[in-house]
Amino acid sequence: MKRVYLDNAATTPLDKDVIAEMTNVMENYFGNPSAIHALGREVRTLVEKARKTVSGLLGASPSEIFFTSGGTEADNTAIRCGISAYGIKHAITSKIEHHAVEHTLNMMLKNGEIDKLSFVNIDEKGNVDYAHLEELLQNNERTFVSLMHANNELGTLTDMVKVGDICEKYNAIYHADTVQTMGHYVHNVRDLKAHFIVCAAHKLHGPKGVGFLYVNSNIKIPPMIYGGAQERNMRGGTENVYGIVGLAKALEIAYAEMEQHQNYIQDLKNYLKEALIAEIPGIAFNGETDADKSLYTVLNVSFPEMDMADMLLFNLDINGICASGGSACSSGSNIGSHVLNGIKADPNRPSVRFSFSKYTTKEELDYVIEKVKMVVKQNALA
Amino acid sequence: MKQPIYLDNNATTPLDPRVLEAMLPYFTEKFGNAASRNHAFGWVAEEGVDYAREQVAKLIGCTEKEVIFTSGATEADNLAIKGVFEMYKDKGNHIITALTEHKAVLDTCKHLEKNGARVTYLGVKEDGLIDLAALEAAMTPETILVSIMYGNNEIGVIQPVKEISAIAHRYGALFMTDATQAVGKIPVDVNADGIDLMAFSAHKMYGPKGVGALYVRRKNPRVKVTSQMDGGGHERGMRSGTLNVPGIVGLGKACELCRLEMESEAVRLSALRDKLESTLNKMEESYVNGNTQHRLPHVANISFKYVEGEGLMMAMSDLAVSSGSACTSASLEPSYVLKSLGLSDDLAHSSIRYGLGRFTTEEDIDHAIEITQKAVNHLRELSPLWEMFKEGIDLSKIEWAEH
Repeated sequence: MKRVYLDNAATTPLDKDVIAEMTNVMENYFGNPSAIHALGREVRTLVEKARKTVSGLLGASPSEIFFTSGGTEADNTAIRCGISAYGIKHAITSKIEHHAVEHTLNMMLKNGEIDKLSFVNIDEKGNVDYAHLEELLQNNERTFVSLMHANNELGTLTDMVKVGDICEKYNAIYHADTVQTMGHYVHNVRDLKAHFIVCAAHKLHGPKGVGFLYVNSNIKIPPMIYGGAQERNMRGGTENVYGIVGLAKALEIAYAEMEQHQNYIQDLKNYLKEALIAEIPGIAFNGETDADKSLYTVLNVSFPEMDMADMLLFNLDINGICASGGSACSSGSNIGSHVLNGIKADPNRPSVRFSFSKYTTKEELDYVIEKVKMVVKQNALA
Repeated sequence: MKQPIYLDNNATTPLDPRVLEAMLPYFTEKFGNAASRNHAFGWVAEEGVDYAREQVAKLIGCTEKEVIFTSGATEADNLAIKGVFEMYKDKGNHIITALTEHKAVLDTCKHLEKNGARVTYLGVKEDGLIDLAALEAAMTPETILVSIMYGNNEIGVIQPVKEISAIAHRYGALFMTDATQAVGKIPVDVNADGIDLMAFSAHKMYGPKGVGALYVRRKNPRVKVTSQMDGGGHERGMRSGTLNVPGIVGLGKACELCRLEMESEAVRLSALRDKLESTLNKMEESYVNGNTQHRLPHVANISFKYVEGEGLMMAMSDLAVSSGSACTSASLEPSYVLKSLGLSDDLAHSSIRYGLGRFTTEEDIDHAIEITQKAVNHLRELSPLWEMFKEGIDLSKIEWAEH
């Protein structure tokens, strides 16, 4: 059966060049990078070369890049260790953050590691209320701010420069969950005032099980995982060498081809959006959809009320269309998307997140449009 | 360039081509997110994970639900120790471990001491085994956890795990073991051994780096740990983060291969190890470290007195070995494990760890013997200490002048 994969915000297929690099490492470079013999040293070189590649692309220094097991670990390290290192008692986030941020902060509040957790107001499209952010910072002692760059379900972008400026004004520590945008936009840390940004390689055609945390050199944090001198004493555990090499290659490719993919994928997104507007009466979108306000890989569609609305994704899957109702990380639950609840989306309108990649084609979208039309028609309210 | 002979399999092992083969489809067509519930890409990935969980469970004699995948043994050690400390803090704050544990356990315990834990670090006997009477004497009503490794990474000694778990349980404490070096090498059965939590990793058993697991007992008693990384609630809420599907599939395959081949491998490797060890031990002033009866089949740790370990390693560049754990080998400190056995700094400094593995051949061992003998003899020829020793001067009685 034909399958169209439009769930690239959950994970992306690997780039063939990334697989080739990783396979080479797995077959030929197996040493432990901490071993001092030749077979260890050559592998250490691979890890440090990857770190140099990553830091170079971000305008960072290699000493600011720490490899982790993925985005969740990177977010947890930034939040838990950033807060504890500076004795911070107040944090600000939003109601539509990824669970790696939201649950972590809530857990810290519950455990008394912070005294207060504030939620910045967001509008019905997922935009941060910057004036409210400033107000929250004004009225509190030194604060840890965690706001994602692009929302993983809606695609709505937050202005990182603006948030960084505000945080600087109030001496706050700023963590941006950049999991969805790393490799999709140029992140130059010298232009940003973020103290922490993060990456999960599998969101940019790299492998699962590896990511990194950028820590601005002015910030010093303790490790989250203890037990070895790896990552300059910041992260114990034998390095996932093939994964780290794969991550660096994936980011390298992403930066090299970024403009081309941005244009290509943005066109696809516009194409699908326009076609759905033309073909399906009553269609709407969750979150921002304009090119300058939203992540070009995500389109969250709000369908008109229909029969068996909760079967919509199932029906799409039967027709070979792989999309998602929200984040994969919480898609097993039935409580609905906390993000859609957070923007007070109409719960009677079924929502589907379509997310694209450089491998998505216009032909695939034509197929999707045809099938979506059919499913909507079959389930139209009497 | 000619590859050196690899005898550092305690640091990491080469990936078995059969493991790589199992992983590859999960890099290509089966690339889905195992948590995607709405489409086939997710289900296929989840199936791969489920199958791996069965393979892992079968190796250690547990149920699938008791396996929590992590990024490796270090993360698993951290999760077990911190997770138990936080979950059982109402019961007590005392943890017992040993001085010869891996840094992943020791550094985690040291970190917890800053957060109110009381930690007892048991010494070991000259042969590297812990003293059960000392363990029992250290148990208190506040003891919540005993964490003793299964097989030591530097000297290979196997601790009396059954006896240790029995003592822990008699005093109402949980028993956790870092079994990174033992799982896949010798039979480990969590029920027979009375293990409540157990950490291990794939790359020590011919699987990929960046993946491991924590066994968490679910019955008699039901053990709980506080998660150390929050997020999507993966792994039954104990460890969030998108599952490393290819890595997990690789770990599963590695476990299956070890289960099927362990018995014959142990016989083969211990014969090769014994040949290496007995030959090298015939050299003058060489000493085998650690208990040789209760020991992993693939490990030998030998001190060559009057030879400096780092220098010896450099002189044996055709041999990839280690003078301690890889995780601490960047430092020039002598091995804290060997020092715990009562070795002097000098002798600890002059030790070499030989770790054999699945791809070690008899030819490798013959070469390794030859290379070691040659290097040791050569370095001793250059050593004034060796010369003095040969002249019958008792070096321990000399008063060295201060410089």
